[in-house]
Amino acid sequence: MAALGAALRMTSLPGMLKEAGITALVATALLIPVVGFKIVNRGGDQFLDTRWPEVAIAVVLIFVGRIFLILIRNGQFYMPVAGGAVVATIGWLAPMPSAFLKLVAITAGLVIVLRAVFAVFAVRRRQSSGHEIGRGFADNYRRALPWLVCAMIIFALAMPFLPFSERRLVDIAILVLTYIMLGWGLNIVVGLAGLLDLGYVAFYAVGAYSYALLATYFDFSFWICLPLAGLFAGFFGIILGFPVLRLRGDYLAIVTLGFGEMVRIVLLNWVSLTNGPDGISGVPRPSFFGLEFKRYPPEGPESFHQFFGIEYSSLHRVIFLYYLILILALITNYFTRRIRSLPIGRAWEALREDEIACRSLGINPRNTKLSAFAIGAMFGGFAGSFFATRQGFISPESFTFLESAIILAIVVLGGMGSQMGVILAAVVLIGVPEYIRDLQEYRMLAFGAGMVLIMSWRPRGLLSQRDPTIRMNRVGGQAR
Amino acid sequence: MEYFLQQLINGLTLGAIYGLIAIGYTMVYGIIGMINFAHGEIYMIGAFIALISIMLLESIAGGSIIIPLFVVLIISMVLTAIYGWALERVAYRPLRNSPRLAALISAIGMSIALGNYIQLTQGARNKTLQPVIRGNFELMARDDGFTVVLSYMQVGIIVTTVVLMVVFSLMISRTSLGRAQRACEQDRTMASLLGVDVDRTISVTFVIGAALAAVAGFLVVLYYGVIDFYIGFLAGIKAFTAAVLGGIGSIPGAMLGGILIGLIEAFWSGYFSIEYKDVAAFSILVLVLIFRPTGLLGRPEVEKV
Repeated sequence: MAALGAALRMTSLPGMLKEAGITALVATALLIPVVGFKIVNRGGDQFLDTRWPEVAIAVVLIFVGRIFLILIRNGQFYMPVAGGAVVATIGWLAPMPSAFLKLVAITAGLVIVLRAVFAVFAVRRRQSSGHEIGRGFADNYRRALPWLVCAMIIFALAMPFLPFSERRLVDIAILVLTYIMLGWGLNIVVGLAGLLDLGYVAFYAVGAYSYALLATYFDFSFWICLPLAGLFAGFFGIILGFPVLRLRGDYLAIVTLGFGEMVRIVLLNWVSLTNGPDGISGVPRPSFFGLEFKRYPPEGPESFHQFFGIEYSSLHRVIFLYYLILILALITNYFTRRIRSLPIGRAWEALREDEIACRSLGINPRNTKLSAFAIGAMFGGFAGSFFATRQGFISPESFTFLESAIILAIVVLGGMGSQMGVILAAVVLIGVPEYIRDLQEYRMLAFGAGMVLIMSWRPRGLLSQRDPTIRMNRVGGQAR
Repeated sequence: MEYFLQQLINGLTLGAIYGLIAIGYTMVYGIIGMINFAHGEIYMIGAFIALISIMLLESIAGGSIIIPLFVVLIISMVLTAIYGWALERVAYRPLRNSPRLAALISAIGMSIALGNYIQLTQGARNKTLQPVIRGNFELMARDDGFTVVLSYMQVGIIVTTVVLMVVFSLMISRTSLGRAQRACEQDRTMASLLGVDVDRTISVTFVIGAALAAVAGFLVVLYYGVIDFYIGFLAGIKAFTAAVLGGIGSIPGAMLGGILIGLIEAFWSGYFSIEYKDVAAFSILVLVLIFRPTGLLGRPEVEKV
């Protein structure tokens, strides 16, 4: 197509204008129906409103942006950077018909600048025989990994007591860690065993509901419920896993998606057990070895702050929850690391690479797949019961397909099978949008667009080195 | 008996709409082997464009004359098709030779982005339309006053779907475009060596899929009269289920699957409980896949080592 040819040669000015013009034309056709007209409900009536200035500005923005992108493709650097900066500044300073458009203009400008900078780096790397550098980076990364891990664990342990950590930051960290744990759990199913699971949230929901129900009906403490919730979720993994064993790839994906939705619908409609859409509130909070985090504990047991003789602070519980999820996540990670070198872990990886070869080597695909499902589900269940105890309230709202998609996105975006990648992706996808609260309204839009952009930028994930845990000696290659 | 007939009519209507959306899934899957996760959102955008153009024509004509629905249909098909084309350009073409999961994530991202785009630009509230096509045939009456009703709209939906199916099957089997599509389905590299413009064929596939989804959206606006930005998700899942049920990659299969899903839903909500109709549809899917892993009309996959 034209795009391929154009990538190889310089685009002349008329060609540039033509290309940008076509893009602008398409954009006009896309924007007129849904941005140009707005269906407004006022009173009981419904009528059309128009928003032409928005459309015009957006089209101009797209035209200019396209020209800069072509310039970057032509190898220019300063002009796009300057232009991007100008666009961002205009977007920031000039009066715009809506805040959203302002945001779009600023983001567009910044993206152009970033794109130009990246393009320059890519060219440099290619000039200095990129292959060597690429491998150098991979080696350095591998060598630095233990230190990096140590540093990160120390940082994570110290995090709640660092001077800049306020309540909000610790809350965000808890959320990010929950997703990291879910990501690591799903990584067992998707990354190691290669089974595409689009309904992982079902296990998360089972864990959360089993904790909430056990704790409210039977008054079990968190520490009894946690393993039980994991067990239930794992059991569910086996039940759901059985019928889908024969399926592969996308068939598996759609059936797991269906299961995820089924669990949600059942939770929504089984009112006598789950209280339906109203959810379960008053889920008990966890206690620190029997010491509760309450200012005025009920008769009998002491409370955490009384026992240690410190001033009561609501932060205690938050910090305790933070350490709880940190430990749970680290256990998940450690478990995954260890199980990869056990026969079962090896069997998962082998199954991911080639099922037929596995069969002929005597690996039982049924048991192998089921164990991956069950163990992944178990960690989902742990995370779910943590979620329930943190929120104190759960409802089927929290377990939609979107959650599954987010967890899967974290795994794939990070680089399949990469444990570090999950951390990076969770921070980028969950932490950053959560931190920038002003964008609340546009968060999901930016989230979706970000997924598309990151994937087209790095299709193999942010950290894409996927080492097989074990490798045979290659003929002529060095032994590892 | 009368009740059964009524549910049958409702189920067929619903199934026809699912089938139209399912064709888009099955075609894209056939040609690039990927679930087009954003297809449900394309259908939702089609419904919005249809509603907006109906309202626009109403306000121009003052609501006095009958709106030329055919014009609305063409407008929404064309504009939605451009969305389908842009979707392919932005989210799929850059990832053509990447791992399949990357494209899947990109498509899910696109689906989230499109859903929120409509929520932001059109608001989260339900949009409604007064019934445009009224009236119905009364087919049968029972003694207690229950009548079996076939509305003109339902006839319209079924006729439109059948006509489109015929046109579409002819196009796939007779035209050079259909031949190119089938060639790309079988072997993309070989097709490109033999002079088929693969990129263009894939683009056209997305465009046709989006146009059919727009027809479904248009019909839904007229039939139910209520849409919101969230309809794409559930319809998308159902339609994809239909495509898998019928055997993904097979166009008659998509239609058959759509009608089956529609019938299951209608009968389940008619005779059992309306809350669990989606569970019923998914359960049937699981059952079918256990006994026929490639769907009802799908070709069995032969795996060579």
